[in-house]
Amino acid sequence: MPIAINGEDYPLPADPRTSLLDFIRREAGLTGTKKGCDHGQCGACTVLVGGVRINSCLSLAVTNDGEEVTTIEGLGTLAAPAAMQMAFVAQDAFQCGYCTPGQICSATALLEEVAAGWPSDATADLGAAPELTDEEIRERMSGNLCRCGAYANILAAIREVAEEAA
Amino acid sequence: MSVHLKQDRPDTRNVLDKTRQGVIGAPLPRPEGLLKTTGTATYAAEYAAEGCLEGVLVTVPVVRGAVTAIDEEQVRAMPGVVAVLSDKRMTGRPAQGMAGEAPFQPAQEVCYWGQPVALVVAQSFEQARDAAKRLVVECRGEDAPLDPAAVDAEESESTRQGDLAHAMAEAAHSVDITVTTEGHASAAMEPHAALAQWDGERLTVHASLQMLKFNRAELADSLGLEQDQVRLLSPYVGGGFGSKLGVSQEVVAAALAAMQLGRPVRVVMSRQQVFQVVERRSETHQRVRLAADAQGRLTGFGHEARVSNLPGESFAEPVLQSSHLLYAGDNRLLRLEVARIHRMTAGSVRAPGEAVGVQTVEQAMDMLAAKAGIDPVELRLRNLPDKHPENGKAFSSRKLAECLERGAAAFGWEERPRAPRHTREGEWWIGTGMASAARVHSVVEAKARVTLRPGGTALVETDMTDIGTGTYAILGQVAGEMLGLAPADIEVRLGDTELPPGSGSGGSVGAASCGSAVFLACEGLRRKLAERLGINSDDLTLKDGFVRWSGGEKALPELLGNAPLDCVGHFEPGDSTQDLAVSSFGAFFAEVAVNRWTGETRVRRMTGAFGFGRVLNARTARSQCLGGMTWCIGNALTESLLFDPVDGHLANCDLAEYHVPVNRDVPDCEVLLLEERDAAASPIQAKGVGELGLCGGAGAIANAIHDACGARVFAYPMTPDRVLAAMPEG
Amino acid sequence: MRPFDYQRAERLEHASQLAADADTLPLAGGTNLVDLMKLEVETPQTLVDISRLPLRSIAEEGAGLRIGALVTNTATAADPRVRADYPVLARAILAGASQQLRNRATTGGNLCQRTRCYYFTNIDQPCNKREPGSGCGAIEGIARIHAVLGTSPHCIATYPGDMAVALAALDARVEIARENGSSRSVPVRDFHRLPGDTPERDNVLEPGEIITAVTLPAPVGGTQLYRKVRERSSYAFALCSVAALVALEDNRFTRADLAFGGLAHKPWHDPRIAELLVGSEPSLALFDRAADLLLEGAQGYGENDFKIPLARRTLAAVLCEASGVGA
Ligand SMILES: Cc1cc2nc3c(=O)[nH]c(=O)nc-3n(C[C@H](O)[C@H](O)[C@H](O)COP(=O)(O)OP(=O)(O)OC[C@H]3O[C@@H](n4cnc5c(N)ncnc54)[C@H](O)[C@@H]3O)c2cc1C
Ligand code: SF4
Ligand code: FES
Ligand code: FES
Repeated sequence: MPIAINGEDYPLPADPRTSLLDFIRREAGLTGTKKGCDHGQCGACTVLVGGVRINSCLSLAVTNDGEEVTTIEGLGTLAAPAAMQMAFVAQDAFQCGYCTPGQICSATALLEEVAAGWPSDATADLGAAPELTDEEIRERMSGNLCRCGAYANILAAIREVAEEAA
Repeated sequence: MSVHLKQDRPDTRNVLDKTRQGVIGAPLPRPEGLLKTTGTATYAAEYAAEGCLEGVLVTVPVVRGAVTAIDEEQVRAMPGVVAVLSDKRMTGRPAQGMAGEAPFQPAQEVCYWGQPVALVVAQSFEQARDAAKRLVVECRGEDAPLDPAAVDAEESESTRQGDLAHAMAEAAHSVDITVTTEGHASAAMEPHAALAQWDGERLTVHASLQMLKFNRAELADSLGLEQDQVRLLSPYVGGGFGSKLGVSQEVVAAALAAMQLGRPVRVVMSRQQVFQVVERRSETHQRVRLAADAQGRLTGFGHEARVSNLPGESFAEPVLQSSHLLYAGDNRLLRLEVARIHRMTAGSVRAPGEAVGVQTVEQAMDMLAAKAGIDPVELRLRNLPDKHPENGKAFSSRKLAECLERGAAAFGWEERPRAPRHTREGEWWIGTGMASAARVHSVVEAKARVTLRPGGTALVETDMTDIGTGTYAILGQVAGEMLGLAPADIEVRLGDTELPPGSGSGGSVGAASCGSAVFLACEGLRRKLAERLGINSDDLTLKDGFVRWSGGEKALPELLGNAPLDCVGHFEPGDSTQDLAVSSFGAFFAEVAVNRWTGETRVRRMTGAFGFGRVLNARTARSQCLGGMTWCIGNALTESLLFDPVDGHLANCDLAEYHVPVNRDVPDCEVLLLEERDAAASPIQAKGVGELGLCGGAGAIANAIHDACGARVFAYPMTPDRVLAAMPEG
Repeated sequence: MRPFDYQRAERLEHASQLAADADTLPLAGGTNLVDLMKLEVETPQTLVDISRLPLRSIAEEGAGLRIGALVTNTATAADPRVRADYPVLARAILAGASQQLRNRATTGGNLCQRTRCYYFTNIDQPCNKREPGSGCGAIEGIARIHAVLGTSPHCIATYPGDMAVALAALDARVEIARENGSSRSVPVRDFHRLPGDTPERDNVLEPGEIITAVTLPAPVGGTQLYRKVRERSSYAFALCSVAALVALEDNRFTRADLAFGGLAHKPWHDPRIAELLVGSEPSLALFDRAADLLLEGAQGYGENDFKIPLARRTLAAVLCEASGVGA
């Protein structure tokens, strides 16, 4: 079965060594998803597979057949950007922009995860539904490194979107 | 047309305060913002090139030696492998910032562990990566000095004034500390990458580089080409922080492969290679001595440092750079020495010098404040010299006192002599600390072309880069302010050596240098417009696309007609700073919590107040400061390169084990930007902001750790084990 | 990454048969194995993808819980039964890696994740675990993240995971399917090995054995804590960690099951600690004696000497928190 990326089908790669990340960037030509480390250590390659965020660099493309992948390009476009993409601009939540697509994919998933009640290391009471505190956002975004140091503004952008939705 | 200025005198006209558009300094969003947030901005490795091959660098696990043989045959037989290159022109080290000439060649002379010596090119990345690992390279290895403390060091710089030893002996209060800092990696999120294409005569390379005009010269020189045969493109750069100042090994290797094979070749370093082969910040070993009278006034100031680099490298981490002018003290001794050892090239990493030099002085100042029973802020205020303490030059402008005072007020600094362990919340000791910030200023030659297009929009062009610093935004704002246009009507094109050569991004020079070039070009355009109207350009007001003068008003397009009007601004540093001390200053305040059991430290909040001349865009400037403060946290608490004592390799060569701060490490941060006009610094009265935010802040955190739990730690980073070892019992 | 033959296992027996070959490795979430294959630390000739086997459920079994080998770390930590009855397990998982990684990481893969020793992951360095007989680079080198308990002259690596530390404190069991279709079950406490003179073996799995589940005993209540000391506030491996199941009655410990991470080649569990604590009144002096037991025979390798006092202090911190001493 092919892999669907942003709704379009792509046949599986011939070389099983191909990571999902390289598959997205090369085979699908969608270079919005970034490679920062290729080893699960930075989060730049974050995409959503079946709505769940993962590091695409540590997933072999062949293991994702039949899956639906959403990349930064699938969240919104220049013509029709998503709220999170606009909030990142409004809050200056990036500098060089390289970690940014991964941050935005993570941020998008994060709101869903909190809504679904998934706890995090920052959740004080495991018995209760987590709240969207600053500390929760920071912890849940800690799998996305930003060397430019835009963290404070990333937090603000996520807050902005969360508050608009509320 | 072009306008050239070699700035020999301060420019006190403050033109940008008199223009009327009102965009200069405004906190406008970045014009390229949506491109970055939608994944549409294209970085070096991401260009599509028909038939592109993939190259992977081959490194050797030898600290010093020479390649004697490369067994190409076996690897060439592997599926997809197209070529194995070990060209004599391959470079073993990255070029230092603004070198403008080929770095160390040939690569086959090995000087540090993990040096790239060859390139394997294959049809696919997977094939090339595997083949590169399998290539057998025979190397004649030699021993080499690895420990900076175990070799004789060369003196790199020294200043002696008066008699520091005597001042120390006579002092009412004195401090004498030795502090170490570990090596740092730039760790820009985009790994170094190049995509090279050769058409038989000309080379085009998409690369991730900071200073294109120098990089073009470095690359051409490495390859034996003329500069005009080389075109470099870096419109988007995924962070640099010094590591992309000069061409690094992948750029030269990709170019050579493309030239040899006549096909496009892409080479992207692995993250491990980025750690192992591009420039590191040297570790430092520093001694700071302060002598003061009973009132805490400095009578003596000493700062000595030992850093390291490879043999043959001219760069020495300029640890003392701001120590020369930050504080008073008649008796002075400043000495920098370099130990020659075999680790990867040491070079510029964000804020070279001050990023590790100021924090140690600030720790010593904190100790002096405690000894003298003076509030730490007050101690700094008492010791701001009236003029440069060594050469007597006046300061062009200095907002340090205001930064200290306003920063303290904003932070809610409690004025008191510090006595640690005053507050505990559960397991956590809470404390506060502060430090001054200082960063020297410089500008470099830069050109930019500004074109007024029929219809009344403008185009700004320079080979300057935007590495996240906000160049796209601020150059548009300078032009918009000068030409009376909304930034939306201005297109800024960057990062292409076909465009007029700017300064490049590095050492915080970009905004002031290129901003000045754009400013000069706009001044030229304003004069032209005035000429057309037959008026004096002083009588010209440009606003919202209209031209106004005492006699009337016209829409800009009407005045322009059908032909574009352009002007190249050419800025050159001159003697304006000759008789002045020009520097940016600031102050940091930090609150930390230190766990009484584990020594873990969390920064709870931070305030930074900075004065760096004219603020060109308050939003991007603030972001630069926030970025710097984030680096302060890494510098203070988590970042260190760990070198193996046996063979000298870098052990923690990835982002899992080299700990850059994560989101959760960074608390609420407040940034105060103090408006300042520095007429000597540049014709737009701006200085640099990109680095100031990390020059000293780690010292504020160190001082806060002491205030919290009583631990004086003299080794950065202050990891839990080091804090615990220095923490008094109880 | 070396070329390999990719096979997807449709059934468990199929997976076991394939995995019986010494050059075959099972692939679950891939977050550790793919990482190591890129570095050519792992060079399987065949990769058997087990990720779609039906081992994805968390089910009540007896008074306890059975967590399938392919349940993601995220799903385990979010499970209401785990959160309510085994909070130490949820806490330990949540203290590890990042959300993205936990979304793919599985129970079985997490147990089998390999050490983060810098020399192990760098194929240009000597390492007895990766290449038996090549030497240990860490002993004379940078041993900052290495073990202080149960080391051998051949290897001083740590088991880096968090989840297994909680499982060791809980006295969970690992269910293992064998090639011949039978199965066995091993206490988590005995699943990982000490390096001895065969550091290449991390755990007791034999070729062809596949983990199918982890089973948790009946809930014990009490206070459950997981404390992880790390170099940054998130997304970093433990310098030292403690999982604790503690209960007190009349100011005496009635339960004190502790396990430690970051100190050894396996989650460290020393039954003498519970023996000492249970029945005693909590006090700093008592915690110190517990630490004496824990650290008896501890040996530092220079860079990691700090772990010995750090473990002592972390142990005290956890017991103070659980018992209210020193609050
Ligand atoms: C940057 C980074 C940070 C991390 N931080 C932490 C941390 O702080 N704490 C922590 O605990 N972990 C951490 N991890 C590790 C992560 O939790 C593991 O990679 C993950 O749990 C492995 O699970 P997996 O399913 O992806 O395993 P895989 O990568 O698929 O497999 C790992 C190993 O287990 C074997 N295996 C898998 N499933 C089975 C089975 N059912 N039976 C037999 N063998 C099997 C595989 O053959 C392989 O050898 C981190 C990882 C990364 C990359
Ligand atoms: S400690 Fe173990 S894993 Fe690390 S180098 Fe030594 S043998 Fe290899
Ligand atoms: S590229 Fe995947 S985590 Fe860094
Ligand atoms: S914006 Fe540059 S790394 Fe995050």
